[in-house]
Amino acid sequence: MTAIDESPLTLDPEEARRVRQERFERTGRWLLPLAIMILAICLWDRICVWNEIPQYILPRPGVVLQTLYNDAGLLFSSLLVTLRITFLSLALAVIGGVGLSVLFAQSKWVEMSFFPFAIVLQVTPIVAIFPLINIYVDNQTTKLLLCAWIVAFFPILSNTTLGLNSVDRNLRDLFKLNGATRWQQLRYLRLPAAMPYFLGGLKIAGGLSLIGAVVAEFVAGATGQSSGLASRIIEAGYRLNAPRLFAALFLISLTGILIFLVLSLISHLILRRWHESALKQER
Amino acid sequence: MMREKVAQALASDVAPTLLALRGVGKVFSNGVTALSSVDLTIREGDFLSLLGPSGCGKSTALRLIAGLSTPTSGVLDWRGGGSLDRANIGFVFQEPTLLPWASVFDNVWLPLRLKGISRAKAAPAITQMLARVHLTGFEDAVPRELSGGMKMRVSIARAMVTKPRVLLMDEPFAALDEITRFKLNNDLLELWQDERFTVVFVTHSVFESVFLSNRVVVMAARPGRVFDELAIDASYPRDEAFRTSPDYAALCRQASDVLIGAINQTAGPHHDGH
Repeated sequence: MTAIDESPLTLDPEEARRVRQERFERTGRWLLPLAIMILAICLWDRICVWNEIPQYILPRPGVVLQTLYNDAGLLFSSLLVTLRITFLSLALAVIGGVGLSVLFAQSKWVEMSFFPFAIVLQVTPIVAIFPLINIYVDNQTTKLLLCAWIVAFFPILSNTTLGLNSVDRNLRDLFKLNGATRWQQLRYLRLPAAMPYFLGGLKIAGGLSLIGAVVAEFVAGATGQSSGLASRIIEAGYRLNAPRLFAALFLISLTGILIFLVLSLISHLILRRWHESALKQER
Repeated sequence: MMREKVAQALASDVAPTLLALRGVGKVFSNGVTALSSVDLTIREGDFLSLLGPSGCGKSTALRLIAGLSTPTSGVLDWRGGGSLDRANIGFVFQEPTLLPWASVFDNVWLPLRLKGISRAKAAPAITQMLARVHLTGFEDAVPRELSGGMKMRVSIARAMVTKPRVLLMDEPFAALDEITRFKLNNDLLELWQDERFTVVFVTHSVFESVFLSNRVVVMAARPGRVFDELAIDASYPRDEAFRTSPDYAALCRQASDVLIGAINQTAGPHHDGH
């Protein structure tokens, strides 16, 4: 073996430094936030101990965890109620959002005429609309669903509408040349082209449907009509039961994070073969 | 033999007329005259190039022939008297214009799918067409996994899978490197000689138009119009040997002179020729 045969594998210092940097960044990406999180929790615990803060004002993290375990039955049955509203409203937001955007895509006139209504629904605070819904709708679940839906459907509608309208001009000509019907153009061209936009909207709507469900429960819970997590929080607040309040909060954020992660994964799986956003960068 | 007959017909200039443009003009809504009274006869089996500087309306002419746009004056007279039958037209754009989410196979399936032909039923035609453009083995790849030349091959396969009578091509190889372009030129000619469809090929390359066509129509700009026509009398098949022959060089020179004439004829003060 000559020296030349061995040399191609050695990197020049510049390249080696880049590779090291990359490796460091890869582990740092999840290690760093985790370390800071643990540090913050430790600090929280210490502050409680050093200042002798009573449990009903700020419970120590260990106590919150203990409560989560002790009250598991109560908290998780409430979580289930909230989750049901969240997912049902998300499903309705997808159906409503996509359905309306397909309708809007049929003609500029339809879009111009009806889009303002969607914007009005979006910008009016849901808390302000709820009393009206309370008057008009009897069924408890329907009330909550309607609220969460109003909050969640808009990003899906506006994103999907944008996607349906941003089809490559030449591809449109190609479909025209091949005598495609309106339905064929929608099915084989516009809907697939709108997929990345729709998935972007879905990620936002996932978080919003949870927020919508919790907010709706809050307003409904104030009148003692709800059994979801929000009502547990209100109840715990009245009783100065801060540990349970924190435990319920923890469950809500955890749910939100999980929804986001699952939707991101779905989006990645659908787009990974063809869309720029899901491609690994090769250098 | 069919091929001999067509070749003979070409030589004696009596191949039947497929399409005649008579006084065709196009004015856009912004007042720009893209084409002004174009008279052009396209014969069955022609490989006709529209050569000219940008702004000469060659792409507009192609879109008119495809039916993607309608003339503001004049008529397009298809043989048989009727208007065009879209089933008989294949179109290749300057970009590959593929569905990015669909596999190579499904991209070629598209025109047949739009006619209601199932994937299984279309499969033999698709497989055969992919073999013709040397893409066997890439059926399941998606466009972003292919090189520029391969994407263009998919685009040609998609245009040809319906066995159209006319293939319209709008500067299809302009964005490719020279080596890839030469290869695609050869493959396109081979395909054309085997199937004997009619090609209208828009290009701004003198060398490409002379290599491929039996007729080169040179166009001038402002307003877009037909300037002159050249018959390229070299026989087919043309291959790499033709590319280096003195005949080819002489024909290119001739076409180039006509093109320069067209550019100098361009009305208005800006004859910058790009």
